[in-house]
Amino acid sequence: MPTTFIQAINQALSEEMERDPLTFVMGEDVVLSAFGATKGLIDKFGPRRVRNTPIAEAGFVGAAVGAAMAGARPICEVEFASFFYCAMDQVCNQAAKLRYMSGGQARMPITFRCVYGAMGGAAAQHSETVYAQFLSVPGIKLVVPSNPSDMKGLLKSAIRDDNPVIVFEHGALGGHREEIPPGEYLTPLGQAAVKRAGEHATVVAIGAMVPRTLRVAEKLAKEGISVEVIDPRTLVPLDEAAILASVEKTNRAVVVDEGHWRGGAAADIAAIIGEKAFDFLDGPVRRVTTLDVPIPFSPPLEKAALANEAKIEAAIRAAVGR
Amino acid sequence: MDLGKDKMLEMYRMMTRIRLFEMRVRDLATANEIPGFVHVSIGEEASATGVCAALRPTDRITSTHRGHGHLIAKGGRLDRMMAEIFGKRTGYCKGKGGSMHIVDFSLGILGANGIVGGGIPIATGSALATVIAQRDEVTACFFGDGASNEGTFHESLNLAAVWKLPVIYVCENNGFGEFTPMQTVTSVTDIAVRAQAYGIPGVVIDGNDVLEVYRCASEAIARARAGEGPTLIECKTYRWEGHVVGEQAFLGKASYRSEAEVAEWKARCPLLRFEKFAAESGKISAAELKKIREETEAELEAAVKFARESPLPDPAEVTDDVFSG
Repeated sequence: MPTTFIQAINQALSEEMERDPLTFVMGEDVVLSAFGATKGLIDKFGPRRVRNTPIAEAGFVGAAVGAAMAGARPICEVEFASFFYCAMDQVCNQAAKLRYMSGGQARMPITFRCVYGAMGGAAAQHSETVYAQFLSVPGIKLVVPSNPSDMKGLLKSAIRDDNPVIVFEHGALGGHREEIPPGEYLTPLGQAAVKRAGEHATVVAIGAMVPRTLRVAEKLAKEGISVEVIDPRTLVPLDEAAILASVEKTNRAVVVDEGHWRGGAAADIAAIIGEKAFDFLDGPVRRVTTLDVPIPFSPPLEKAALANEAKIEAAIRAAVGR
Repeated sequence: MDLGKDKMLEMYRMMTRIRLFEMRVRDLATANEIPGFVHVSIGEEASATGVCAALRPTDRITSTHRGHGHLIAKGGRLDRMMAEIFGKRTGYCKGKGGSMHIVDFSLGILGANGIVGGGIPIATGSALATVIAQRDEVTACFFGDGASNEGTFHESLNLAAVWKLPVIYVCENNGFGEFTPMQTVTSVTDIAVRAQAYGIPGVVIDGNDVLEVYRCASEAIARARAGEGPTLIECKTYRWEGHVVGEQAFLGKASYRSEAEVAEWKARCPLLRFEKFAAESGKISAAELKKIREETEAELEAAVKFARESPLPDPAEVTDDVFSG
């Protein structure tokens, strides 16, 4: 049945809250639900398990950490991904590290949900793609779904996971509708999806870049350029094997991400390909990303900063030499 | 409040275990037998002991970088604590945490924490878990005067007040944040008045009087357990030792407090105070206290031996326990 990202999230939350009475939702405006993802949960589960927090990210993210350590299973909404900066200690120093630091004693079953990415005129503090900031902090799983079906299955897996997981929901995709499987299903964390098989180049595309890359691949196919599109779906754990197997077959690699060029997820994946599949590469690994500027407000500036289909196409053409 | 002799002796034993453990840790660190940073709480034994004595075994605590005392008071074993401080694999955290990060979930110890104010939201969330699970445990949150200037303190008190969470906030005001006198960086003289801003009770007590701490904590814990929300208790106390063992090495001749001030607080030693009380009460004999000290010394000797003789972690363990499952 055609389902939006937002509806998929709502289904996942509702099913998991039915399943486990220690699961609860907390965050900014989760009762009313500004974007609709938690809509109606208050009627089903009541105020004990659906909790509006003050706009105090360090406090409530930290409380989610404590609640997880003490046996509950919080699903904590941080409205916009950039707001995580207000709670970096709680995520990076506490949630990510305490299992390791306690010699494996701490269980940390927290799911963080947040909206990321450019959605048109939201400017730099509401448009950023921040997962790279967590990529170099061991102990956090990072999930970036590219379609409603994965959104539901990955979110359900995240909620059942005993580790901190951040699920990144693209702000421009919330209303995007696609078929999803009926009923209950889980999509495992750490398993990439081959979105399109191809022979001439591997394009690893992340999150909202997946549908854009698929459109480019469709266009290039008409010219006989055959592109394999891999959606890693989760950045931690990363399905290296799927990416490397594809590169070994196509001998060319492009990584497409909405994050920045320096120090981003694209840089990380490109480095892995460069290090582990060097002997199979016929050329450099190329990155298509947002420019290294804060996301600007004005529409023509925003457009110039972001990765787009023209840039993706140019990078693939450069990779295959056509 | 009539405590009964057993409870009083138990508290004296706890304070003695903390005092002797901390003195030993200080000496071992000075002798370079312990790696890393070590912060001891000599002089602050009564607040940890009085609060934890009022908790149930199923209640939980969060602690600080100066946390050995809280952990011991909540039931931590001296041998496994010492082994952790030595970086041994028999330690509470298999050598991955160290002095500032000892945890024992089975005792409700959610951990010491190396970040000032780091434990305050965690304690608040632990209390939230109690509400979610519809149980009745209370969480006690220890922190210092320094942490009361952190945003997490204010955000947590607000959240706990709004949700009436079963948590008690115990501020051990020892007068210093690292090397900075508290009054030079804090807008109030009494941290407890900050409770007013969040509509919860705040009380100032003599943090070196274990009986007063116990009585006050018991009331706050009962309130919390009854669903009436959090209390902020400020224990006035003092850090006899420096911020970190060995600080003279980098401070040189610089000093941040007078010898007279230290001497004045040593005269208000929580253990001496209890011994005096015991003698005056006529219910507890000096021989009983002496026996406790001797037993504790033997326990501590065994703990040091255990730590020294325990194996170091195998380097192959370095990647264990990053993720669960």
